[in-house]
Amino acid sequence: MIRIVLPAHLRTLAHVDGEVKLDVEGQATQRSVLDALEARYPMLRGTIRDHVTQQRRAFVRFFACEQDLSHEPPDAPLPDAVATGAEPFLVVGAMAGG
Amino acid sequence: MSGVRVLVGTRKGAFVLTSDGMRQRWDVSGPHFAGWEIYHLKGSPADPNRLYASQTSGWFGQVIQRSDDGGKTWHQPGTPPGEPTTTPDGMPKGESNKFVYDTSPETGKPLTTHQWYDGTPHPWEFKRVWHLEPSLTDPETVYAGVEDAALFRSSDGGQTWQELPALRGVKGHLWQPGAGGMCLHTIVLDPSNPKRIFIAISAAGVFRTDDAGKTWRPMNRGLKSQYELPDPDAEVGHCVHRIAMHRSRPNVLFMQKHWDVMRSDDAGESWQEVSGNLPTDFGFPIDVHAHEPDTIYVVPIKSDSEHYPPEGKLRVYRSRTGGNEWEALTKGLPQRDCYVNVLRDAMAVDSLDSCGVYIGTTGGQVYASADAGDSWAPIVRDLPAVLSVEVQTLP
Repeated sequence: MIRIVLPAHLRTLAHVDGEVKLDVEGQATQRSVLDALEARYPMLRGTIRDHVTQQRRAFVRFFACEQDLSHEPPDAPLPDAVATGAEPFLVVGAMAGG
Repeated sequence: MSGVRVLVGTRKGAFVLTSDGMRQRWDVSGPHFAGWEIYHLKGSPADPNRLYASQTSGWFGQVIQRSDDGGKTWHQPGTPPGEPTTTPDGMPKGESNKFVYDTSPETGKPLTTHQWYDGTPHPWEFKRVWHLEPSLTDPETVYAGVEDAALFRSSDGGQTWQELPALRGVKGHLWQPGAGGMCLHTIVLDPSNPKRIFIAISAAGVFRTDDAGKTWRPMNRGLKSQYELPDPDAEVGHCVHRIAMHRSRPNVLFMQKHWDVMRSDDAGESWQEVSGNLPTDFGFPIDVHAHEPDTIYVVPIKSDSEHYPPEGKLRVYRSRTGGNEWEALTKGLPQRDCYVNVLRDAMAVDSLDSCGVYIGTTGGQVYASADAGDSWAPIVRDLPAVLSVEVQTLP
């Protein structure tokens, strides 16, 4: 079970409060986690990564375990603490412009 | 009793202002979609309770919202409220925020670059929806003008969007962004000919289709852009800010260009300047009185770099002669120390008798005139910066 923390605007769009909890098949990577997130909440398609290229949107960042994972390859394994649900995977709006 | 509903898009949400036909007392609801930029909202002429809204963010991209009850509740049309968001096999039911340029060999070619600010080639990149134009007859059909400039259409109530790609084939490699981006900001549907559509792009100009979008032609003869283009009379590249039409006379168009107020009497085939005695002919919005096809309104702005009214006086100018002869409308508008702007989509008229005129400012005021512009009063004074104003006249 993966825990995901979304920024407030995306929680509003997805009609969720608090953390999102998802089961991810196979290895937990950015891609598999975001695939599972978008499958559950299709209204989030396009808000975190591009519809076609699947690249992270420029002002969105990924944090976990006090690390910035934004520039990790999308198929790299996420930290064990994220894969086991001990720590959440954070989707964050970049601090730009307030 | 008849009434009006004013749809206001701002930098930080949408607001719906309603009044009865007297237009003296107003109810304000909002912010809807708080914290998001709402570039535009507009109601369907065929069903006034059907509204579409463009909700956008530099962080999280584009979302299309729809209301089926006049703005009381909203939903993303691909995911109706209360219904599962996926099909039983797990597939998403709709992707109402998906705007993807057509790159298919059959219809999307040639896929060109457009010009960047310095004239170098730049690829098309979708950024946001600037303008939503619902069909005059079908509530399920709506057009979207987007940045980077292209025209999309939905025929399923905003659930899915398809580009009309032939437009980008009309010398798209010579289009360039204006200061606000390379946006398709104006869509005018001809009420007498369902296959004729006018669109305008900053900075490419006006284009017209007579076959519902299969083919397009530039409609810029007579425009002069001496300081913006190397060839001031170029076929494309002009920074058109807004065009407007009166539904009773669809061959007559009015235009606020970057500089110059223009008029066409032949459906855009040629344009003549009608700036006349305006204090400056730079500006953004232009609109037409609901009942008098030769009465038009503009808001002159000092210059292309000084985006505020001359002399710190917010003045709407009205011509009752289809241009050239203009009068300043000042009663009730600030006449000192006013340095707000009125953006291109932030003027609208209602169709009550007498015609109401509405403007929204970058300072967050929405001013209304219930007497065709003779006098004005603020409906609200302290909204976030206003991006767009539309008005629905309700039975």
